[in-house]
Amino acid sequence: MKTKIKMCKQKKYNKIRFFFPYLYPFIILILSIFQSDRIHQSGKKDALYKENLLLRGCTIRNTEEAVGIVIYAGHETKAMLNNNGPRYKRSKLERQMNVDVFWCVIILLVMCLFAALGHGLWMFQYGDKRPVFDVLSPEGTNLSPIMSAIYLFLTMIIVFQVLIPISLFVSIEIVKICQVYFIHQDADLYDEETDSHLQCRALNITEDLGQMQYIFSDKTGTLTENKMVFRRCTVAGVEYSHDANAKRIAMYQEMDSEEEECMSHGGTLPRRDSVGSHQSARVLRSHSTKSHRRTGSRAEAKRASILSKHTAFSSPMEKDITPDPQLLDKVNDCSSQLDFMRLHSQPMSQLPSDLSDVFDFFIALTICNTVVVSSPNQPRQKVSSSLNRSSNKGGSSMQSCPSAESTLTKLNEEQSSSVMEHAFSPAPPSYDGKAFCTPEEGELRYEAESPDEAALVYAARAYKCSLVGRLPDQVTVELPHLGKLNFELLHTLGFDSTRKRMSVVVRHPLTDQITVYTKGADSVIMELIRPPITGKQKKKILCRTQNYLNLYAADGLRTLCIAKKVRSHKDEYAHWLQHHLQAETAIQRREELLFESALRLETNLQLLGATGIEDRLQDGVPETIASLRKAGLQIWVLTGDKQETAVNIAYACKLLDPEEELLTLNADSQEACKLLLEESLHYIQIYPSSPLSSHAASDSVHGLGLVIDGRTLAYALDASLEDTFLTVARSCRSVLCCRSTPLQKSMVVKLVRNKLKVMTLAIGDGANDVSMIQVADVGVGISGQEGMQAVMASDFALPRFRYLQKLLLVHGHWCYSRLANMILYFFYKNAMFVALIFWYQFYCGFSGSAMIDQWYLIFFNLMFSSFPQLISGTLDKDVSAETLQQLPQLYTSGQNSEEYKPYMFWMNMIDAFYQSLVCFFIPYFAYTDSDVDLFTWGTPITTIALLTILLHLGIETKTWVRSWFSPAGSFTAAAHVTWKDHLFSSFDLF
Amino acid sequence: MGKEKSKSGPLARRPDNSAFKQQRLPAWTPMLTASTVLPSFYLLALICMLLGVWLLLTVQNTQEMKVDYTEAGSCNLCFEMRKNVSNAGQKCTCMIMFSIEKAFKGDVFIYYGLRNFHQNLRRYMDSRDDGQMLGRKSNLKSPSSYCKPFDVDEKGVPIAPCGAVANSMFNDSFILTYYTINGPTVVPLLRKGLTWYTDKNVKYRNPKMDNLTLPEVFEGTTRPPYWQKPVYQLDPFDPNNNGFINDDLLVWMREAAFPNFKKLYGFLYRANKPFTKGLPAGNYSVAISYNFPVQYFKGRKEVVLTTVSWFGGQNHFLPIAYLVTSGLILLTAVVLTVVWWKFGKDGKNMAD
Repeated sequence: MKTKIKMCKQKKYNKIRFFFPYLYPFIILILSIFQSDRIHQSGKKDALYKENLLLRGCTIRNTEEAVGIVIYAGHETKAMLNNNGPRYKRSKLERQMNVDVFWCVIILLVMCLFAALGHGLWMFQYGDKRPVFDVLSPEGTNLSPIMSAIYLFLTMIIVFQVLIPISLFVSIEIVKICQVYFIHQDADLYDEETDSHLQCRALNITEDLGQMQYIFSDKTGTLTENKMVFRRCTVAGVEYSHDANAKRIAMYQEMDSEEEECMSHGGTLPRRDSVGSHQSARVLRSHSTKSHRRTGSRAEAKRASILSKHTAFSSPMEKDITPDPQLLDKVNDCSSQLDFMRLHSQPMSQLPSDLSDVFDFFIALTICNTVVVSSPNQPRQKVSSSLNRSSNKGGSSMQSCPSAESTLTKLNEEQSSSVMEHAFSPAPPSYDGKAFCTPEEGELRYEAESPDEAALVYAARAYKCSLVGRLPDQVTVELPHLGKLNFELLHTLGFDSTRKRMSVVVRHPLTDQITVYTKGADSVIMELIRPPITGKQKKKILCRTQNYLNLYAADGLRTLCIAKKVRSHKDEYAHWLQHHLQAETAIQRREELLFESALRLETNLQLLGATGIEDRLQDGVPETIASLRKAGLQIWVLTGDKQETAVNIAYACKLLDPEEELLTLNADSQEACKLLLEESLHYIQIYPSSPLSSHAASDSVHGLGLVIDGRTLAYALDASLEDTFLTVARSCRSVLCCRSTPLQKSMVVKLVRNKLKVMTLAIGDGANDVSMIQVADVGVGISGQEGMQAVMASDFALPRFRYLQKLLLVHGHWCYSRLANMILYFFYKNAMFVALIFWYQFYCGFSGSAMIDQWYLIFFNLMFSSFPQLISGTLDKDVSAETLQQLPQLYTSGQNSEEYKPYMFWMNMIDAFYQSLVCFFIPYFAYTDSDVDLFTWGTPITTIALLTILLHLGIETKTWVRSWFSPAGSFTAAAHVTWKDHLFSSFDLF
Repeated sequence: MGKEKSKSGPLARRPDNSAFKQQRLPAWTPMLTASTVLPSFYLLALICMLLGVWLLLTVQNTQEMKVDYTEAGSCNLCFEMRKNVSNAGQKCTCMIMFSIEKAFKGDVFIYYGLRNFHQNLRRYMDSRDDGQMLGRKSNLKSPSSYCKPFDVDEKGVPIAPCGAVANSMFNDSFILTYYTINGPTVVPLLRKGLTWYTDKNVKYRNPKMDNLTLPEVFEGTTRPPYWQKPVYQLDPFDPNNNGFINDDLLVWMREAAFPNFKKLYGFLYRANKPFTKGLPAGNYSVAISYNFPVQYFKGRKEVVLTTVSWFGGQNHFLPIAYLVTSGLILLTAVVLTVVWWKFGKDGKNMAD
């Protein structure tokens, strides 16, 4: 029988790993991988559902054949349907500017009206007798004063049109592109580890960075690394603190800082010698910390992550776990005993219960996941070897991966003749040696769906219990004394957020029992634990484990519970499987049925232990938060994590201060929520240093911290309560929303943005932050581990959170102040130039003639006055980068829009009119009563005005030398044109 | 970008650490302190003062004399006569007496001045055909539409020069007489070289002659309606000063910037006594051929005699402006000094 092995599970990883354009699929394929000949022969039905959906950009691996149905293509694709153009974010400054452009129009109209009125009156004073200079219309008829006033009004609009700064819009775009270029080029925003720098994905809102007031941040992956490090575990009620491991991690952090110093001294290239050490990283570290110091440096980490870019979640820090000696002894003890028992064919049940718990715990860690193994030599496991094993078909994580049908039949067979040897024999000979690389051949890499899984597998490997291979229907685990064990994978119930757990059903090779290993959130697992009937011991274990779990959570660790369930009766399992298969192929209510089916399996579990995984804070997060807060920014953290973890991380990153009072809002109902909010509002009002404004909040030492969970948030975001909620939240120094859904995140952002009329920035890294990023005025994506969705939706993509500081405080401030000054200058410049012509109207009967040559009028915006402020708009620095970072308070000038307030427009206008008055009347009085002709007189005026405009820019420019050449150049250009103009005027019509 | 791509290796995308890209170009932020501001204020005041005094002395050396002849003396009759358009063809001359108290030394320029005449009206200024004035034959016979309604006469004959500017050309003429003890002497005037070089030689040209005489060239065109003689007879004495390059026409065609303006009429010819050193003091008369009507627009006409320096004619504005500015700067400087002396001398505030 010719069958093909397809690693159906791998498809899922691929989906996650290669899913960059998640949001922009062009072609959506439903693809079901199944055995084609089989379905023809048997006529068996196979259900297709959303897990089979492959979106654009997926890579299918480990299959030779795939059958698919194109379901959406062309204009029906999600991309095309969603593509009603990207949301055009208009910056606050531009919105403000547009108002002033509108005012410019009004000023223009007033000026034109004035001129028209003047012309009408001027015409009127001559009465019926027309002066010789008053030219008749081409038809030879006399225009009435009213008609000529109307004509003049239209003429004036054209003459004065320079006042409307059309070139301003172009210039702003140019300046923004230059600003984006400089932000891109900033070496401080470059991350060596990932070889990525900041990406500006939106070109038009750079200046908004300088005006932020609220920051909404995700926690996991944004504040933290999203690199899970196994920290401690508890097995059978015994806590293993892994002190050495903690020391090692501390060492890394220490090394980090040393490394950074070293880097800053020693130039830019990281040390070459660390390249080789990557390979040695797989060797489990002894307890000697010396060796860690040497090789476990961050440079290595960087190096390794650069080299192994394709492998997710595998930096040495996550990989090298120093085992707890006590636990390691137990594991060794246990496996040697098992080995002994196996040799002597003793039943496994004789193993002491604590040892067996330890053994099962690690087996669960190793196999209860969806980790794919690959070796560096052969990074992608491409198994095409034929195996005389059961066939399989594609399916969801919930669906049994090996063909369930065949499993059923097999079960029946095996009931009669137990093929223990088969499962028991280490590594069947049919396996291709290359597919499963032994540790000797090279380090194995684990590719996991989530970093937690990888961390657990690495942790298990540290205890010599390593996962060496995974096939759709089989998991191979290597143990110290037992060698390789093949676990027949009967079923996998994938992780989902409602169940918050995942389970695998395997046939245990040693006992030949069908065992269910479950891993999940502690709250869920604890409920499913079989209440201990016998013995205080079990109860005690449960109680202790719960205590440790609380302890872990208090340490800010992510907790997972591991449990198992042994199905000794095959009938029972077969029964369940049948039901489950029905659920899988059901057409209606499939999800529900699957859920119920999973519930049936995951009951009466036996607790094995719990793990604590640390999600490390990113470098510099507390400092960044502190300085952003000094800059007057309100920081809210919106996370999906549980409250305890979130609060602890918040303390760790100095978001919450231990001296702060915490207002915790947890309510079960709308009424309770309302009561709570009112109570806290009351509390805030009587609070001694109750700071209702954000200014006072930063001053007072005793701020308030608000912690609200998802459910309460849902009530609080109700239209009736949102105002109260906002009032409460505003008066708190920091706000922490835990257990919030992506939708809630975006609702919070929207609420704050719309109600408080503030500038909001949302920062996040995962797909769950996308909605919030899109809603905020500025969305920042962390180009981190969790795919690219956030980056795709963001306006700016940062490699690390700490770069936010420089991005906002330095670049934001610069962009804002440069652009604000440039816009004001533009208004001034154009008004000043136009006013010159306006004053002249008093001397030419308001007839609309201009003493400035047409060429000057055309070139004024194009050549004479455009480059200088483009350059100063791009390069001018009001305050140096160092000062801006040292004194974050300077950022408040942008928040309060101090560089561009509405009155400043009018000040500039008045300034422009005053300056033009001077520039006009000095030449006027100097030439009055002379025989000067129009353009001979107009040229000096133009020159003086241009010089004044450039000088004004020179005064406005804060830093000179760099920009000095631009006015000079501009003036040269002007002089050149003046000279040319004389030539032109001589050769006027050639 | 190409440069970036050529790099390879793990840190390929690291931005260049150059001063420009990292925005670390050397820059100078001007720091204003008392020790820099105060001296510069005093210096500025001094410079303005010197300039002002110098200009004032220069301007004081020039002399100017304006004689308004619109309705003065016997011109009153002519003024009344020109009110009636039907009398346009009739000649009218009048004379005005004036005296010069102090001799005009050096070159003397004689201008005619007009007040309230808006040569700078937009429609008026556009009403001309530069192509025609440049001597293009095609434009001569079919003037540009800008000239309307002065492009062709009632019969459809093209007007040369066309347009309102040329049509309204100033056509009074003056004869200046100096009354010595020996009797009246006509003041000799040079009526050539009144124009810019570029006007006379580049911007304005007669149509190509091709062995024809000037009247022949202009055949098929007619004079502007307000003119009394055709363009090729503007100067009866010098045939080379006729047509589109007539000095008076060129001076007129250069449109004045303001409604009150003067235009050059001639220079004093200083070859013969008693005018070798300029205009001597004494009694003068000016005989005017009064043609140009101004009463419609409440205009005034005048004859202006002036001497010039390098700075131009007599204009007191600039020197006074310089002196006033100098005074203001000095005042500010003194106030600043006092403030600095009283409050900021210890330098604490200033140093910040």
